[in-house]
Amino acid sequence: MAFYRVEIHPKNPQDDPAGLAALHELRQAGQTAVRSVRTARIFLLQGDDRLLTASHLKRITHEVLADPVTETAESPSVAGHGRRVEVHVKPGVMDPVAASCEMAIADLLDVEYSAAAPPIEVRTGRLYFLEGELNESAADRMVRKFLANDSIEQVHLKAFEPKEFPHGRPYEFKRVEVPLRTLTPEQLLSLSRKGHLFLDLTEMQTVQAYFKQQQRDPTDAELETIAQSWSEHCVHKTLKARVEFTHHGDPAARGEHQTASRTQTIDNLVKSTIFRATSELNLPWTISVFKDNAGVIAFDDHYAVCMKVETHNRPSAIEPYGGAATGIGGCIRDVIGTGLGAKPIASTDVFCFADPNTPAADVPAGVIHPRRSAQRVTAGVRDYGNRMGIPTVNGAVYFDQRYIGNPLVFCGSIGLMPRRFAQKGAATPGDRILVMGGRTGRDGIHGATFSSDVVTNTHADEFSHAVQIGNAITEKKMLDVLLQARDAAGGPLFHAITDCGAGGLSSAVGEMGEKTGASVQLEKVPLKYQGLSYAEIWISEAQERMVLAAPPEKAAKIIALAAAEDVEVTDIGCFDGSGMLSLTYEGHNVAMIAMEFIHDGLPRPVRKALWQQPHLHDPSGHEPRDYAHALGDVLAHPTIASKHWIIRQYDHEVQGNTIIKPLVGPGGHGPGDAAVVRPLATGSGAVVLAVGCQPRFGDVCPYHMALNGMDEAIRNIVCVGGDPARTALLDNFCWPKCTDPMHLGALVLACQACYDGAMAYRTPFISGKDSLSNEFITESGRRICIPYTLLISAISVIADARRCITMEAKQPGNKLVALGTTRRELGGSIYWALAGHVGKSIAVVDLKTAPALHQAVAEVIAAGLVRSAHDASEGGLAVALAEMLFAGDLGATIELDKCPRSDDVVQDDVLLFSESASRYVLEVEPQKCATVLSKLQPFGAAVIGEVTAQGRMQVAGIGGKVLMNEPVDSLRQRWLAPLDW
Amino acid sequence: MANNSDLKVLILRTAGTNCDLELARAFELAGASTTRLHINQLLSDASAFHRHQILAIPGGFSYGDDIASGKILANQLIHHLKQPLQQWVADGKLIIGICNGFQVLVKSGLLPGPMPQLADDDWHPATLTHNAHNRFEDRWVHLRAESPLCKWLTPGQKLHLPIAHGEGRFVTRDAAVLSALKANHQIALKYVDSLGNAATNFPDNPNGSTEAIAGICDITGRVFGLMPHPERFADPLQGPAWTSNLGITQADGLQIFINAVGFVRQKMAVAV
Repeated sequence: MAFYRVEIHPKNPQDDPAGLAALHELRQAGQTAVRSVRTARIFLLQGDDRLLTASHLKRITHEVLADPVTETAESPSVAGHGRRVEVHVKPGVMDPVAASCEMAIADLLDVEYSAAAPPIEVRTGRLYFLEGELNESAADRMVRKFLANDSIEQVHLKAFEPKEFPHGRPYEFKRVEVPLRTLTPEQLLSLSRKGHLFLDLTEMQTVQAYFKQQQRDPTDAELETIAQSWSEHCVHKTLKARVEFTHHGDPAARGEHQTASRTQTIDNLVKSTIFRATSELNLPWTISVFKDNAGVIAFDDHYAVCMKVETHNRPSAIEPYGGAATGIGGCIRDVIGTGLGAKPIASTDVFCFADPNTPAADVPAGVIHPRRSAQRVTAGVRDYGNRMGIPTVNGAVYFDQRYIGNPLVFCGSIGLMPRRFAQKGAATPGDRILVMGGRTGRDGIHGATFSSDVVTNTHADEFSHAVQIGNAITEKKMLDVLLQARDAAGGPLFHAITDCGAGGLSSAVGEMGEKTGASVQLEKVPLKYQGLSYAEIWISEAQERMVLAAPPEKAAKIIALAAAEDVEVTDIGCFDGSGMLSLTYEGHNVAMIAMEFIHDGLPRPVRKALWQQPHLHDPSGHEPRDYAHALGDVLAHPTIASKHWIIRQYDHEVQGNTIIKPLVGPGGHGPGDAAVVRPLATGSGAVVLAVGCQPRFGDVCPYHMALNGMDEAIRNIVCVGGDPARTALLDNFCWPKCTDPMHLGALVLACQACYDGAMAYRTPFISGKDSLSNEFITESGRRICIPYTLLISAISVIADARRCITMEAKQPGNKLVALGTTRRELGGSIYWALAGHVGKSIAVVDLKTAPALHQAVAEVIAAGLVRSAHDASEGGLAVALAEMLFAGDLGATIELDKCPRSDDVVQDDVLLFSESASRYVLEVEPQKCATVLSKLQPFGAAVIGEVTAQGRMQVAGIGGKVLMNEPVDSLRQRWLAPLDW
Repeated sequence: MANNSDLKVLILRTAGTNCDLELARAFELAGASTTRLHINQLLSDASAFHRHQILAIPGGFSYGDDIASGKILANQLIHHLKQPLQQWVADGKLIIGICNGFQVLVKSGLLPGPMPQLADDDWHPATLTHNAHNRFEDRWVHLRAESPLCKWLTPGQKLHLPIAHGEGRFVTRDAAVLSALKANHQIALKYVDSLGNAATNFPDNPNGSTEAIAGICDITGRVFGLMPHPERFADPLQGPAWTSNLGITQADGLQIFINAVGFVRQKMAVAV
């Protein structure tokens, strides 16, 4: 066996942008001791010495590994300037570059290639030479903390050159039974914790009772199957729970839902609120809702669109890059696996982080610094989404210190499919079970159950095996083949399809076989490496896998289609009609449970929920001395500041259908309200995508927080020309642990708001997901709960994309119209947050007028009466106006006195920065003003200013005094700078 | 939009190709018909080469761009299809590589291609490497067609097109190669600022390319590669400014495909 190590070095410092980027990253993190960073790539190669000869090594190095123009190859390693620190991928962690090298080398040497046993094996690493005043341990620390991740990588201070690659030992079959029947309640709980099952006592006792009745103990695979299937992640037991809700309202609080103190019992929280609204609305264009991987609505007579939004919070907290990448990868598979398969046409992303400028000393142990988190999460979404060829078109980022231990990563995926494939398929007895795509490894084991628990500062170590690294190309190849199998002449080659996500094969086969039963031969599942036990194979959450149910003759066709494009498909068993889940390994029975118990056996205890209105006060506000400066500060708040550093790393235009882009205006400096994607080049129909989320309002009232999020999402849709009457919503709840009755009470209020809002706006929910244990316990035992976070994603279908508009000011002389009443509602605002206040008077959505208001705006835009429209939300009217102006490179004169407002608004700063709901700023040509105003008058509309060619934002206050006269460019610079990493 | 034109474009795809459909659409708008073909099919039967007049290698991340962008597909082309590709060029047919396709053309040596100043076996005098700021960048850029030679471009034409890449920095091995490229009129496309002046800094030159080079052609002018995506601006609604400039009817990218189709048509007419 031959073993070589090759280093590939950039010839010149200017050919080493990775080194410059690493230096930049260290400097940002305050590591001033380092003067320069040079990088190199490391390849370790191992193969039969008859194949891996010195002459072949030379060819491999020069023709595959190194770029002859910019790089030199060194073998063995060379000394560089400064401290050598190497980062190598841990054994067993997915290494897509190594896998591609193995394939490319086999092709170069003209030898047979197989992914399971490549003729020459490759591992990769990267090398840093750190120059500066730092000793070995400082260099090691710096790399570990800022340039590597311990959960998937090893750091070495000398050239790492193992004798050979470690290989797993072959697995020796041993049937493992868990003696469950004799355990005491304490022992049951201990088993649940130690075995990472995360089932509570009642659930463990239900399992125990089942096996007592069966007169045997379960195998490990059986117990794991039940734990996966009953996990919060898979069944959403909290949202479906029976809840006893007590509400102690504050009579002085706002909103009708807070006036009474009462106790009510809710049978099934989500069914009685979110699902209920959709079913009562019963709109003809909803096609498949809450029963498939994604919600499906009509696009036109021939096509449907579907959408799914997922969170991937835990994996992203531990390994932001891999966690975010597999988050988007999994959500895309959900869409691919909707109905009989959809083609992904767009992605969305929304993140929540702590302040990126948090001092390093304030970051708790076991937590990645929020700026690094944000950067690595972005990189993960970028590398997966861009490789998939799906444009990432819309999103948002929110900042709050309580996300420090639990950053949130929401990934959305939108798909297009012919309407005849829109309904969920069903496996038929006799269908073969096909697993397609990636191979199965130990990655991601216990992801589903792990996401159902609170994080502690040692979680990163305990659950590093839950980390997954994605390989987008495996998924892209699979998608290419699946669409061919779906569109085969004579109809789809499969009866049903689903994604292999949380819970792995256990969940996917379990769900598909619920009605038929399934028998699986686990030894047939293709593995990345040997040594996996049957139970590990069954629950592994290795990425890029889908499961199909196909009749035997069509299964063969799928296998052939896939082989033609180097995609693996394996027949692992049969949906057999037995009603049982039966697993074997090399002929030995390792599981035999009734599907009915897996799917209907979960006990449903009553949960207590409580809401006590917090006692909050509004601060007494002093007007700012310098309004331009105050507005600059609000624009520079990270939640409002420009996200261009993130957005431009996403390919938001691949597929060529993004006709309203995320950054708009002549210089691309305008934060678009929503994106518009025209999925069929031949038509003018399009989908409009937007989000709304107001986590700061949740501190005051979760009910109004939810309504504001919905109102904001709909406003964003309307601003680009979307149609509120053809808008559907998705809900994603990220909450602290709901075993605390207050948190569950907050969840109840938010769900009730979803019902009330959906009914009033006539916007059905079509899909949703929850992540309900977002708490972090620090080393010293402090518990940090995230703010109640409800992300509302909105998707609207429009018939004529040519009617769409963008938010940047277009033309000097046009009038600026403020629409919607501004009230004294600074509670939870950015303006007050900057002064350290929350306050009490949050924005309240008036559900009696808001739906008609949004409809009226949509109508004037559709009639071509509006040149630009922008939503006034975070930062209020001031931010909306400033963004419109600097996006359009134009100025304006604005008279606040003309602005529609309630009587309690007497201060200019209240008028400028209040975050009242249901407000817009519209730009209208002078000759169209009268028509627009006449249509919008009932909702409070007035011309408040005029667009000017001089690039200054000039604002006169209520009393007529000039409050500011600021160049829009300097406002733009305040907005651009904070997150321009 | 199935097009029955006798002018046929072969669009090569492989694992990770992802701009093939919009590229097909752009060629169809320009009046050609298209076939999307997986490299495995071409490797087992190269006869498809005979039925087409234009070869297009689309954008994407062939094999993940693992190791280096375009490298693995480039190696496949050199190792298995070198002869038919050389014949293709010798036959006077056209090739375009966009973004990842450009990277493939450069790393396979089809671009800049044989040059009188270089030895015959010197097929790797230039490369496309990581952007100077080390990030993927999606951005609309201004460009100017520079070469009187390139059959795909109208010399002097200004274009507004999007880029979306992480490895688009064009560099030559040395100054001699750069001078040779200039002397041969092989520098086809350059980044400029919004007024049409030479792009000197980011973001006008979005990746730090030597002399703001955005695309090059071979000495025949028939093989052309560029980092920007003309296929993403083949229809006015794909542009970044149609909501400002109402009534806009122009799509800058389409002209490139129209030029190529026109060139082939003219040749076909002469042949008949």
